[in-house]
Amino acid sequence: MPFVNWLKRRLVVIAGLLTLAYLLLPNIVVTVFSFNQPKGRFNYEWQQFSTAAWKDPCGVADMCGSLSISLQIAVWATVGATILGTMISFALVRYRFRARGAVNSLIFLPMAMPEVVMAASLLTLFLNMGAQLGFWTILIAHIMFCLSFVVTAVKARVMSMDPRLEEAARDLYAGPVQTFLRVTLPIAAPGIAAGALLSFALSFDDFIITNFNAGSTVTFPMFVWGSAQRGTPVQINVIGTAMFLVAVFFVLTSMVVGNRRNKHKA
Amino acid sequence: MSTLTEAPPPLAPAAPEKKPPRRRGRFTPYWLLLPGILWLIVFFALPMVYQASTSVQQGSLEEGYKVTWHFATYWDALAEYWPQFLRSVFYAAAATVLCLLLGYPLAYLIAFRAGRWKNLIMILVIAPFFTSFLIRTLAWKTILADNGVVVHTLNSLHVLDLTDWLGWTAGDRVLATPLAVVCGLTYNFLPFMILPLYTSLERIDGRLHEAAGDLYARPWTTFRKVTFPLSMPGVVSGTLLTFIPAAGDYVNAELLGSTDTRMIGNVIQTQFLRILDYPTAAALSFILMAAILAMVTFYIRRSGTEDLV
Repeated sequence: MPFVNWLKRRLVVIAGLLTLAYLLLPNIVVTVFSFNQPKGRFNYEWQQFSTAAWKDPCGVADMCGSLSISLQIAVWATVGATILGTMISFALVRYRFRARGAVNSLIFLPMAMPEVVMAASLLTLFLNMGAQLGFWTILIAHIMFCLSFVVTAVKARVMSMDPRLEEAARDLYAGPVQTFLRVTLPIAAPGIAAGALLSFALSFDDFIITNFNAGSTVTFPMFVWGSAQRGTPVQINVIGTAMFLVAVFFVLTSMVVGNRRNKHKA
Repeated sequence: MSTLTEAPPPLAPAAPEKKPPRRRGRFTPYWLLLPGILWLIVFFALPMVYQASTSVQQGSLEEGYKVTWHFATYWDALAEYWPQFLRSVFYAAAATVLCLLLGYPLAYLIAFRAGRWKNLIMILVIAPFFTSFLIRTLAWKTILADNGVVVHTLNSLHVLDLTDWLGWTAGDRVLATPLAVVCGLTYNFLPFMILPLYTSLERIDGRLHEAAGDLYARPWTTFRKVTFPLSMPGVVSGTLLTFIPAAGDYVNAELLGSTDTRMIGNVIQTQFLRILDYPTAAALSFILMAAILAMVTFYIRRSGTEDLV
């Protein structure tokens, strides 16, 4: 039975590729249906090929406005969470201080909590304080849940750093500020970049926490959620496809640049 | 280079105390921690306190709420919504098991068998993250549509008869059934399973596989006795990263399910945002939090990987 043997040896590969297909199938559907011309309000059934949506991506009322709000929130949440998170990571790795355990669990807990619990409790706080729900409450919430992920990413990098490099810089008469800017920061940069990228992705795509704390502000995920009830415009698929392509493009270029650098070093 | 030509600054007089010179202020770590930790205390920990307090309040939107230590809210909430709680646990557990079964081969493939395709497959696992998960979840409505290819195939193979009999689907359709919700949950949280699995598989020394082979272990025995036990940290963190968000999710149940597949997340969302019954919503959310924390603690203890956290 040569075929059975062939199958047996490649069973893992076949199963793995099937899982990969399962992961990518929705993206393929999103892309194909961005060229659809649906008959009714919903874009769930294939009708006819059309590039109308790609030519007019902002042709739906309010969609590009919500996209711009999402981008603004994602940028500011990334900036805020990255700065605060990097500071915490340096304190955790470089210094001994009291209440270390409490700080560690305060950072771990938001990652181990279902989103809906954080969303609901934050809403009770805002309601009790009488805060006006909107852009600022969304931003506050996003910085809160991105913070832990930045700390995890930066901590891993700073921990693996050789402390003798900084001592060497100090031995060569670099001041503390100079040492930090010229030695510490460049070495920690990949960890900080990873944390920032993760924050951006998490904030941009967040729905549950945003939905609770947004008031009447509409972010892009909330627009998609609303359109699932009212009718899904093809433009949603255009944005989804474009985001996927931009992400793949960025990752590929960063990999090519990284490979070149490694070759130069070798 | 300039530092070498510059004259060194005059040496400071030898200090008698043995303080390490690099650690300047004793308060530096606290200043570094202060803003971030304050943020987490005010916007993560304090809300939990407010939520606990809201859950034992009574009153109405018009007249305001007062703390009356009305614990009956908890019993009423549990008595009314225990089916949704159970359903959430079942769906999340089913999705977690499916993620493990589907994710393990792919993580194994990336770690050991992908060769030069490794980076490309890795990108293909992560890249879907960047398309809004709501758009991707809506795509399942097309894939599982009543007159679509998937449902037709399953029907002609009589698979749906079997799942109908098991109660997973109803009336020859997949959408608006438990199967669709579990399928969506599995899809959404699969990368959270694959990445930790891959990380722990990649750390395994390839020579251990060779050694197992030299000792006449068959491939399956090698997997059972060597590979799988060594990948346990990945299995534990992967199952946690899948189960916790899946148990609190309400997006899949709302978009792919029906009123019969409502999970506890749907109830909390409706109570909070539509019915505006804050005490009940806060109590439900508090029970969910306590249940998840208890389950996670128990699970981590049982699997003996406390250093994971």
